[in-house]
Amino acid sequence: MTTLLPTILFLLLLNNLVLLGMSRLRGLIRLTAFQGILLTALLLCLDHALLAGAVLLIKGLLLPGLLMRTRKGLHAATSLKPRLHRGLGILAGMAGLVFSLWLEARLLILPDLFPPLLLPTALTTLFCGLILVVGRTTALSQVIGYLVAENGIFLLGVPLMTAGAVWFELALLLDVFVAVFVMGIAIHHIGETFESIDVGRFRSLRD
Amino acid sequence: MELFLTAILILAAAALVTALLAALASFCPPSAANCRTANCLGSCCAALGCLTGLCAVAAGPWDATLILELPWGLPAGALVLGLDPLSRIFLLPVFGLGMVCAVSGGLSLRHTSPREHNLGAHWFFYLLLLLGMVVVMSARDAVLFLLAWEIMSLAPFFLIDFNDGDSKVRDASWVYLVAAHLGAVALIAFFGLLWQSAGTTSLAALQGGQALREAGPGVLAALFILAVLGFGAKAGLAPLHVWLPEAHPAAPSHVSALLSGAMINAGLYGLMRSLNVLSALWIAPEWWGWSLLLLGLATGLMGILKALAQSNLKRLLAYSSVENMGLMFMGVGAGLIGQSSGNAWIALLGFTGALLHMLNHAGFKGLLFLCAGEVLHATGTVHMELLGGLQKRLPLLGAAFALGAAAIACLPPLSGFAGEFVLALAMLDGPSLPGVERQMGLLLALTGLALISGLAAALYAKAYGITFLGEARTGFAANAHAASWRTLWPLGLPALACVAGGLLAPLFFGLASFTALNAAPLPDGLMAGALEARAQVRGSLGMVSLLGAAGLCLALALLLARRLLLRRRGAPVARTAQSVQTWGCGFQAGTPRIQYTDASFSEPLARVFAPVMGLRVRRRQVSGLFPDRAALNVTAPDRLRSGLFTPLFEAVERLCNACKIIQHGKIHLYILYILATVVGLLVWGLHT
Amino acid sequence: MNQGTVFYLIQLFLALILAPLLPGIINRVKARFAGRQGKPLLQTYYDLARLLRKGEVIGRTATWTFSAGPGVALAATLCALALLPLGGAPSPLGFGGDFLLAAYLLGMGRFALILAALDTGSSFEGMGASREAAFSALAEPVLFLVFLMLTSLSLDLVRHTGQSAELVAALSLSAMFGGQATEAWLAGRAELLLAPAVFFVLLLVENCRIPVDDPNTHLELTMIHEVMVLDHSGPNLAMIVYGAALKLWFFAALTAGLLTPPLPLWQQAGLCLLIILALAAAVGVVESVMARLRLTRIPHLLGGAAALASLALILTQVR
Repeated sequence: MTTLLPTILFLLLLNNLVLLGMSRLRGLIRLTAFQGILLTALLLCLDHALLAGAVLLIKGLLLPGLLMRTRKGLHAATSLKPRLHRGLGILAGMAGLVFSLWLEARLLILPDLFPPLLLPTALTTLFCGLILVVGRTTALSQVIGYLVAENGIFLLGVPLMTAGAVWFELALLLDVFVAVFVMGIAIHHIGETFESIDVGRFRSLRD
Repeated sequence: MELFLTAILILAAAALVTALLAALASFCPPSAANCRTANCLGSCCAALGCLTGLCAVAAGPWDATLILELPWGLPAGALVLGLDPLSRIFLLPVFGLGMVCAVSGGLSLRHTSPREHNLGAHWFFYLLLLLGMVVVMSARDAVLFLLAWEIMSLAPFFLIDFNDGDSKVRDASWVYLVAAHLGAVALIAFFGLLWQSAGTTSLAALQGGQALREAGPGVLAALFILAVLGFGAKAGLAPLHVWLPEAHPAAPSHVSALLSGAMINAGLYGLMRSLNVLSALWIAPEWWGWSLLLLGLATGLMGILKALAQSNLKRLLAYSSVENMGLMFMGVGAGLIGQSSGNAWIALLGFTGALLHMLNHAGFKGLLFLCAGEVLHATGTVHMELLGGLQKRLPLLGAAFALGAAAIACLPPLSGFAGEFVLALAMLDGPSLPGVERQMGLLLALTGLALISGLAAALYAKAYGITFLGEARTGFAANAHAASWRTLWPLGLPALACVAGGLLAPLFFGLASFTALNAAPLPDGLMAGALEARAQVRGSLGMVSLLGAAGLCLALALLLARRLLLRRRGAPVARTAQSVQTWGCGFQAGTPRIQYTDASFSEPLARVFAPVMGLRVRRRQVSGLFPDRAALNVTAPDRLRSGLFTPLFEAVERLCNACKIIQHGKIHLYILYILATVVGLLVWGLHT
Repeated sequence: MNQGTVFYLIQLFLALILAPLLPGIINRVKARFAGRQGKPLLQTYYDLARLLRKGEVIGRTATWTFSAGPGVALAATLCALALLPLGGAPSPLGFGGDFLLAAYLLGMGRFALILAALDTGSSFEGMGASREAAFSALAEPVLFLVFLMLTSLSLDLVRHTGQSAELVAALSLSAMFGGQATEAWLAGRAELLLAPAVFFVLLLVENCRIPVDDPNTHLELTMIHEVMVLDHSGPNLAMIVYGAALKLWFFAALTAGLLTPPLPLWQQAGLCLLIILALAAAVGVVESVMARLRLTRIPHLLGGAAALASLALILTQVR
C-alpha cells in the first residue's frame, strides 16, 4: 500500500493547485470532495481504516453535499469573483510549496516521523486554503478555503496519531462538520438577506 | 604594448588636430574645406587608431599581462596602463566598433553643411570618447580610471547633442548627463571607500582581494552596492536604464552604435573588475550573486517588453540593449553563485556566457544601429508605422538588418545563440546546488531566459518585418533614396561578426572562458572541474556550429530544389512576381495603410504583459450616423521615468529651492558666511 | 557505422516517410466523429505530390524573404528532428545541451515563416504572424520547464552512478529520453506523467490544433497559423505542409518517448510508433470534442501548462 502514498500526495498537491485555478463554484466544491476522497485513500495507506471511513463520510460526502445544497439554494452567480488574479493565486501556491519544502529542510523533526513529501504537502494544503480565503470574495469559497486549510492541519496530524488520538481527531472532525453546517445555514440566510454572498459588501455592516 | 601606446597616441593626436579644426571653424566663417578636412581626418584617424589598437590587442599571447607605467604629475594615483585578458576582451568591441562606426560615420556625414554642424568638434568628442573607453578598459589605477571614466561619460553628451536644433535632442542629452553623473557619484564614493579601506589606489595591488582581507563584511557590502549602482547606471540596469532609450534615438547612428555596442559594456567591465577586487576568491557572500541574477532577470524582462512596445526603431534597439545587458548581468550573477557555492561548472559558464554575449552583442547591436542610421538617412524617419517595404528599395540594407535581427533573436546558427547557449548551460546545473530554493531559483531564471529569447524573436520579427517588408506605408518609405554599397560597406565587418560568432563559436568560447578563468579565478580544487567543463562545452559548441552549417546547407539545398522544380514546370518566377496582387480575401481596393503596424503586431503580447509594457492608448472612436475621422494612438512612455525619477528630481528641486533662503544677494552677509566658515574650521581643527 | 546509428537512421527515415500520415489520421478521426467518411488517410501525400508539380504565384509586394521562408523553416525543422532520439535510439548527432538547439531551431523556422507572412503586406497575414509570434514566445518557457525537469532527472542518474565526467552528456535529449523517466513513473512517481501531458498541450499549441487554433478554417478572424501561410503556393506550400507534419511528429515523438517503457530495441521502436499514431488519433478526438478557446484564453492554457510543468519540476528537485 505504501507505494501508493507518493502518488496520493502528488495528487493532493495537484488538487490544491487546480483549486486555486478553478473559476467556478461547482468545480471548487467537487475538488473539495475529491480532496476528502484523497485523504481517505491516504489514511487507508497508513492503516487507519476507522478514521478513513469517518473522513470519507464527512469530508468526502457530507460537507461537499452541504455546500452543494447551499450553492443551489443561493441562486448566486456561478463564477467566482477573484480578488487576487487566478494566475497570481497559482503562483502564490507554488511559492507556498517551495516555502514548505524549504521549511521541511530546516525543521528538526524526528527522522522517521513523516513519510517523505507528507509535511510539505500538508503545509501547502494549509497555504492554499488560506490563499483561497484571502483571494476569493464569495462567502462560500471562503468556507471552502477554511475546509482546505483544515485538511492541511489534519494531514499534519496524521503521522502523530496513536490509537488514542484517533478519537481526538474524530472529535475535531465533528467540530468542523458542525462549524461548516452552521456556516452553511448562515450563508444561506446571508444570501437571502443581502441577495449576494460577496463578502466585500459586508463592509456596509460596520458602524 | 608599444603598439597599444601607438594606438592611443594616434587617437590623441587626431583629437588634437580635430580640436584645432573645430576652433578654427568656430572663429573663422564656416568653410566647406574645413568641414571636409575635419570629417576625413577625424574618421580616418579614428579608424587607423582603432585598427592599430585591434592589432595591439590581438598581438601576443592572450594571457600575457602587460603593464606600462608613465610619469604622472598629480599627487594621487599613477599613470599605469595594462593589458590583461579581461581588458583585451573588452577592448575588442571598443576598437572594432570604433573603427566601423568611424568609417560609417565619416561616410554618412560627408555631405554635412558646414553652417549646420561643426564636424571638427564632433570628431574631437568622438575621438575623446574612444580614448576615454580605451583608458578605462586598460587603467590600472583608481584615479586614472575615474578620470577616464569622466571623459568617457562627458564626451557622449556632446555627441548626442549633435542635432542640437531639436529640443528633444537637447532634453535627451541632459537626461544622459544627469544619469552619467549620478552613476559617477556612486563610483567616486566606491573608489573613495576602496582607497580608505585598502590604502592604495593601484588596481594591480588590489587585484585578487588580498588588500581587503581586513575590511569588515559591512564595508564589503557597501562597496558592492556602490559598484552595482555606479556601474549599473552605465550599463543600463533597471531602474537606472532611463537614459538609454532617450539618448540612443537622439544621437547620430554611428554614435549610438558605439555607445550601445561598446560604451555600456564599460559598466560590465567595471563590475567584473571590482568583483575581482571585492570577492577575494570565493568569499563573496551568496546574496551578491542572487541579487545580480535577479536584477539581471528583471532588467532583461523589462527591457524586452518595453522594446516590444516601441514604435521608434532606435528606441526599440535601445531597450533591447537594456535587455541584453540584463542577460549579461544574469551571467555574472550565476558566476558569482557558482563561485560562492563551489560549483566550477556554474561559475565558469556564468562568467563566460556574460563575456561571450558581450562580444556578440557588440557585433549585432552595432550592425542594427548602423542599419537604423541608414534607414533614417534614406527615408528621413525611424518610426516604423511610417515605413515598410524598404526591402525592395534598399535590398542590401534589408539583408544586413535581417542578418542582425536573426542574430540578436538568438537564432542558430548565428552569433546570438552561442552566448545564450552558454548562459543556459550554466544555469542548467542548478539542481546540483544545495537546497530546493536555490535549485528552483536558478532553473526559474533559465525559464525567464527562455521567455526573454522567445520575446526577442517576436520583437525582431516585428522590427524587421514592419520596417522592411510589406508595402510602403507612407511617402517616407515610398520615396526612400537608394543606398549603394559604397556607403554600406562598413556594415560588412559587424555582419561578418554575426556569422562568424555563430559558426566559429568554439573559438570565441575558448577566448571568453580563458578570460573568465583569469578574471574570476577559481580555487585550485575546482580548477580541474572548470577545465573539464570548458572542454565539454567547447565540444557542444562545436556541434552547434557544425549543425548550424549543415542546416544552412540544407536550407540552400531546399531553395535550390524549389528553384529546379519551378524551372521544370516552365513557370518563370520572375513573371508571376510582377503581375499578381497579394490576395486580400476578395477585397481588391486594399491600401498599404491596412497592413499590420508595429502597435498591432505587438498587441497580443501587450494584452498579456500590460502592467509591464504600460501602453497608453488614446483613441477617438467612430460614433453617430455621420462619424468624424477616427484615430488611434498607442505610445509606450517609460513608467519608471515618469513614476520614479521625475517625482524624485522634482522633490530635489523643491528642496534646493528651499535652500535659496541663504542666497539673498546681500554681499555683506555673504562675507559673514566666509568669516563664519573660517572661524568654524579653525575651531574644529584646533579642537581635534 | 555501428548498429545503433543504422537503427537510428531507419527510425529517422520512418519519421520522414510517415510524418504526413499524422494529419491524415487526425482528419479521419475527426470525420468519423462527425459521422462522415472523411478524406483518405494518405491525402497529405497526394497534396504534397500535387503541390510539388505546380507552379507558384507570388504577389508583387513579396521579396526573397517570402520565397525563402518555407525552405528555411523546413530545414530548421529537419535539423531539430535529427537531434531527437527516435524510437528509443539515441541520436548520433546528440550533444550536451542539444535540446536548446532543437528549441531554437524550431524558433528559427517560426521566425522565417513570420517574416514571410509579413512580406506579403496583407493585414490578414500580419494578424496571423502577430499571433504566432506572441503565442510561440509564451510557449517557449513551458517547453523549457519540461526539458529542465527531464534534465534534472538525467543529472540525478549521472550523480548516482558517479560519472561526473559525463555531466554535459546528461544534458542531451538522448540522455533525457534514456528511459529513466519512464522507469520512474512506472515505479510510482506520478508527477512525471505531467511531462507527457504538458508535451501534448504544447503539441496542440505549436501545431495549431483545436483548442488553440483551427487548422481547417483559413478565413476566420481568429485563426493563427493557417492565416499566416495563406499566400504560399506550389513547392513552397508543399514545404510548409510537410514541415508542419514533421513538427507534429517532433512533438508526438517527445510525448511518446516519455511514455514508452524500456523494452528490447525493435519492440520499443514499434511501441513508440504505435503511441505516436495513437497520439494523432487523440488529437483528432480532442479536436472533435472541444471547442476552440477564445484568443484571450490561450495564455491561460499556457499558464496552466506552465504551472503543471513547474509543479513537476519542483517535485523532481525534491526527490
